[in-house]
Amino acid sequence: MAKTTEVSKQESVALGAPEKVSVSATEEQLLYSKILDICMKIGLVGIVLSFIIYASGILPPKISIDEVISKWSDAKTYNTMLSENGIHHGWSWTQFYAHGDFLNLFPIAFLAGITILCYLAIVPVLFKKKDAVYAVLAIVEVLILLGAASGLIAAGH
Amino acid sequence: MTRRITVLSTLFTAFIFLMVLAQPVFASSNSSAANSSTTVWWIWPLLLFVVTLAMGIVAVLGGVGGGVLFTPIVGSFFPFGMDFVRAAGLLVALSGALAAGPGLLKKGLADLRLAIPVALIASAGSIGGAMLGLWVSKLPGGKDIIQVSLGVVILAIVLIMLMAKKSEFPEVKKADKLSTALKITGVYHEPTTNQSIDWKIHRTPTGLFTFIFIGLLAGMFGLGAGWANVPVLNLLMGAPLKISVATSKFLLSITDTSAAWVYINSGAAIPMIIVPSIIGIMLGSFIGVKLLTKTKPNIIKIIVIFILIVSGSTSILKGLHIMK
Repeated sequence: MAKTTEVSKQESVALGAPEKVSVSATEEQLLYSKILDICMKIGLVGIVLSFIIYASGILPPKISIDEVISKWSDAKTYNTMLSENGIHHGWSWTQFYAHGDFLNLFPIAFLAGITILCYLAIVPVLFKKKDAVYAVLAIVEVLILLGAASGLIAAGH
Repeated sequence: MTRRITVLSTLFTAFIFLMVLAQPVFASSNSSAANSSTTVWWIWPLLLFVVTLAMGIVAVLGGVGGGVLFTPIVGSFFPFGMDFVRAAGLLVALSGALAAGPGLLKKGLADLRLAIPVALIASAGSIGGAMLGLWVSKLPGGKDIIQVSLGVVILAIVLIMLMAKKSEFPEVKKADKLSTALKITGVYHEPTTNQSIDWKIHRTPTGLFTFIFIGLLAGMFGLGAGWANVPVLNLLMGAPLKISVATSKFLLSITDTSAAWVYINSGAAIPMIIVPSIIGIMLGSFIGVKLLTKTKPNIIKIIVIFILIVSGSTSILKGLHIMK
């Protein structure tokens, strides 16, 4: 039980949070929240901006909107269309960053990757506090999320 | 309040701006094909925005997550394939959880020590669920199986909502060995009584085991899993209600992340569906929070239950080809 009012207040101040925030937020919790806050805002702004670029036609889409609409009711035909356009499992879509539709996927992927960044940030703090069990749990979580993000885990398409 | 109104109006203006900017794309869409589905394509993202906006308001007022409303409603009433709806549902729930996470963690309401082991189990489960869902939908008749199962799950959620009791401060006489070893315990400030509340949990192994299935369902159906997280954390494991609700919300940012990746990498993320939904539901949530003090929660809860029953039943009827 390493949670005391005094410690958490010091930690809060050290991390730039308001002094009265909490009586139970630990150092790693506040660090996690700080990174989450920054990245979440970047991700949401990115989503809106990239959608503007897509919808306005500033960057032409790789797959025309007509094609997307005509196939979005059936995953099988939609994915055949993706394959025909050179988009396969995993990260192959990243090569089409100059197209509005796939540019949109970058901030979406960033939002989905924020948790990995947050976990990676707290691992050193947990080791520093000699909280080896939680450090290992956090590393295992990162590995699970990286496994999912790698594209190696995919099914059905 | 002023800040909230500013954010609200900015988001709204941004969306209107988007739709105006989208004119060149609309035009190219209309000129290149003459069939009726393309001439009105932009109706769908616009309608999606309006519906998710309403969903965001109702979700906040009804005390449920947006994801649990999004997947059955959009899956039942929009022309999108279920894989795309589930992917969007997960990203909608994820965005809401990411937005709420920092505040909940800073206030000490969401507890990282409680969340880390639970999230580990649930995220592994949700990856399995996402893979299972995509695999099933590829089978002959798989889409129908997904539709029917989703409907059954939604109706089960309604039952849970109607029957599950809540306990503000569950009695935990003694923390179990696992939670003691993991030091899952905490203190939070209760502003209504100006007290610091010490809490601990019990039945941790059973609780963690339950999260395998919660993760599986969340990943398979693209649902936020707050409806299941809260009863397990609160009633089974004995965490105080506020800690359970906040930790549950924060948990979604981890469990939905893992499943979302499976959908993104499988080509199931369509920005034209996802982006209006995320903007709509977040804007709706802001409005919902604003209206929270002016509405009667019981009426809204009845509306939410009614919506879930209708969309759950529709999903079953569509899966059984009784309804088109």
